[in-house]
Amino acid sequence: MCLGVPGKVVEVDRENQIATVDFWGVKKQVRLEVCDAPVDPGDFILNHVGFAIRRIPPEEAAETLALYDELLRLADEQDLMTADVRGEIAAAPDATDRTKRASHESD
Amino acid sequence: MNRTDPLAQLKFRDPERARGLREALDRLVHQADHSPVSVMHVCGSHEQAIAKFGLRAVFPLDLQVIMGPGCPVCVTDVPEVDEAVALAKQGVRIASYGDMLRVPGTSQSLADAKAEGANVDVVYSVTQAVELAREHDEEIVFFASGFETTAVATAAVLVDDPPDNFSVLSAHKYIPPVMEIVAEMPETKIEGFLAAGHAATITGSAVFEKFVERHGLPVVIAGFEPLDVLAGLVKLMEVINSGEPRVENAFPRCVTREGNVQAQKLLWQVFRATGGRWRGIAHVPNGNLRLRDEFAKYDTRKRFTIDASALWSYAPPKLVQKCQCGDIMAGIASPSDCPLFGKECTPDTPVGACMVSAEGTCRIWHQYGGRPDLRSIKRGAA
Repeated sequence: MCLGVPGKVVEVDRENQIATVDFWGVKKQVRLEVCDAPVDPGDFILNHVGFAIRRIPPEEAAETLALYDELLRLADEQDLMTADVRGEIAAAPDATDRTKRASHESD
Repeated sequence: MNRTDPLAQLKFRDPERARGLREALDRLVHQADHSPVSVMHVCGSHEQAIAKFGLRAVFPLDLQVIMGPGCPVCVTDVPEVDEAVALAKQGVRIASYGDMLRVPGTSQSLADAKAEGANVDVVYSVTQAVELAREHDEEIVFFASGFETTAVATAAVLVDDPPDNFSVLSAHKYIPPVMEIVAEMPETKIEGFLAAGHAATITGSAVFEKFVERHGLPVVIAGFEPLDVLAGLVKLMEVINSGEPRVENAFPRCVTREGNVQAQKLLWQVFRATGGRWRGIAHVPNGNLRLRDEFAKYDTRKRFTIDASALWSYAPPKLVQKCQCGDIMAGIASPSDCPLFGKECTPDTPVGACMVSAEGTCRIWHQYGGRPDLRSIKRGAA
């Protein structure tokens, strides 16, 4: 639960303080209002329950990502740490939902 | 297979670095003027990493690494669970993080209430609970658990104008004050703390400086990679041996001295720290995070009259009386000291909160194994 999960920022909606973030191929929207620094596409962020709590500069990401690569590679459904990471990814809404909602609003 | 070297049997991302750290840790523990040396970490994710990657097989025999009160779900006190259960049974719809459902109250858990027909939703984030409130007209109570890291998210949605039918029943906890309590327990003999990297991302390392001053015990902030944990322990042993307690940051790629100032501002704008009991441990001054009066409108405790007394006419079953969760969370006992562990108490039939949550020591040891008995293995080999 306090592990969080890192992801790569693909797109930033500054007006709404939301980033589209790629977690191992799954695109999610993550809220930015409590992030410690402004983020740009290409940066990594640490997502905890749907909020970015820290910007991770790209040059520091590899070290952080290694643990998660290992956890997700094993893909053991019963594993507590893997389940924790999956829960953290599930906490952020799908990026496609956002597109859908935005198009509803513009209708 | 190299039987004499547990390190060779564990997979490290950088085996050379792991070897170097292990040797340093060995040397430092032997240099200490007494044995064993006991240190405590306060994070379920640290325990998961230590147990999952088998790190206790690598630690020197004279180093005890103990998990303290690092599971926010586990320390949610019985009366707090009773509040949520009572509301659920009153017909109020409750949303909470999954682990909270099975935490036992006086006579029932939220899962028990749900089985009897109460409306209880599992969410992965507070934002999902707000969405529920937007989609429905009925009252939605978010039963909020977690340490300061998670409380920041709750704070962020409360300043973001949530719908009127949304409220928060806060069981959020604040870690620094409980470290003061555990440090002073005569039974623990803790000589230093490993603080959780991601909580410190928010609070900064400076939050521990007063603690070090008051208790004369060092605090080292560590990350969650197996190598991060080893590096944190090496740093902690260096500081213990130096005889000059201080705060050290062994996780600089995520943690600064100041921490995430924006997040701290939000946290204290919405919450105030107040005293309260932590399950099984003690009354912890300033250990509970409750909503400030400015947010009374969203405070479940102000919004509803919660009468949990119907849940109290109940004698706890004998099994619960044997449960050692309290001593385990205070770092005085290990899961293997508990007569119920792995027998009457399993993840499918948990007796105590430590077996319920994925961050509970018992749940973690049940999945990955706990402390290997290296002394008897080595005696057997010799």
